[in-house]
Amino acid sequence: MTQISVRVDGASYADDVEPRTLLVHYLREQLGKVGTVVGCDTSNCGACTVHLDGESVKSCTVLAVQADGSEVTTIEGIAEGGELHPMQRAFHEKHGLQCGYCTPGMIMASIDLLKNNPNPSEAEIREGIEGNLCRCTGYVNIVRAVQQAAGEMSSTAGAQA
Amino acid sequence: MKPPAFEYEAPSTVEDAARLLADGGDDAKLLAGGQSLIPLLNLRFAAPSLLIDLNGVLELAHINEAAGELRIGALVRHSAVAGHALVAERHPLLAEALGYVAHPQIRNRGTIGGTTAHSDPAAEVPVVLLMSDARVIAHSTRGQREIAVDDLFVSIFTTSLEPDEIITEVIIPDRHVEPGTITGSSFQEFARRHGDYAIGGGAAIVELDAEGICRNARVGLLGAGMRPEESKAAAAVLENSTLAEDTVREAARVATAEINPLGNVHGDVQYRREVIREMTFRAVMTAANKAKAGTA
Repeated sequence: MTQISVRVDGASYADDVEPRTLLVHYLREQLGKVGTVVGCDTSNCGACTVHLDGESVKSCTVLAVQADGSEVTTIEGIAEGGELHPMQRAFHEKHGLQCGYCTPGMIMASIDLLKNNPNPSEAEIREGIEGNLCRCTGYVNIVRAVQQAAGEMSSTAGAQA
Repeated sequence: MKPPAFEYEAPSTVEDAARLLADGGDDAKLLAGGQSLIPLLNLRFAAPSLLIDLNGVLELAHINEAAGELRIGALVRHSAVAGHALVAERHPLLAEALGYVAHPQIRNRGTIGGTTAHSDPAAEVPVVLLMSDARVIAHSTRGQREIAVDDLFVSIFTTSLEPDEIITEVIIPDRHVEPGTITGSSFQEFARRHGDYAIGGGAAIVELDAEGICRNARVGLLGAGMRPEESKAAAAVLENSTLAEDTVREAARVATAEINPLGNVHGDVQYRREVIREMTFRAVMTAANKAKAGTA
């Protein structure tokens, strides 16, 4: 067992983990943050995307011990005071989901995309979320959701990304 | 638990990492970005006894220039290399190639040292390093040495590193450019979906003089065999020509005439050879057009 200290969604945790514990399993099973889901376990599908020190990563290919001393943000930590993050609201309003399994990862990847490119073209959005697979929607409404969020977030000063 | 159990060490200096690796025996593995190794652990294709995590070795996270060379620490992430101003200015082919490396989340974790040590013949960075006459610094408890990447890449997933050596730095010399010439480069890759493992690809750097004559050419091949390949024969076809379409087709044919790509369910040997030939053709044509337009 190795002891780690990590901040997740604004709260501090100190836990003992086996070194082989994947970050996604630590989040789900030890912290109960089941908003982040496991898809493929091999970094193909992007369902488990979280932010590690502000950068999107696939939490199935990061060990929990590697998050020691870091700040992790999951889908559960982006709403503020009960108000959905603009990206969450856009996915809801544009119906950017069907079964919803890819949605947490899609939203976290899309937020990181807008951080690096606040006004992406449609092609740039599609490329920016290419690490996230959706098997239901055909991506059309997902792209619309990201476009709506981009419009909103760039028009509000100090957009939270 | 997906991965098999292993001991874990997280040193903070190269010296400590080298000692752990030397003492760790045959089953010790280095962990850099983990974007190949951790999936292999999850699939239980790899079962190291000890993982030595390099992510806390901050002395490996630099990019700087010295004496006409770009020195990139082994731990620098793909996204940081691709976004670096000096890389864009001096090695646009590397920045372009990194755009084909998997997906944004993976480029945020994967490292230049990791992909170099992994030595995958279908990976994007190794072939560009080969075309750039890059070298690596390898550290061990016995000291350090420089290895030209041409000597480093031995075969698929196999390098000439000793078991106790760690790649700490990748060094890319500035390209020697003849006065009065303009350089263009291009990277072309074919995969079922962008970002997937490449079925094949080609890359080119061409230097045109004021008369439009090609003075220097480098041609690289992705997924062409057991290691990244460069075709000097194709470069010889291109050099001293105007890079007319027929000449470029001939160069692509020469480049791929004797390659032996690994066939699998996504394409047999013949199909892959043709894909690589076409990608090589497109890379040279695109590089030539960029040089003519003066857009590097």
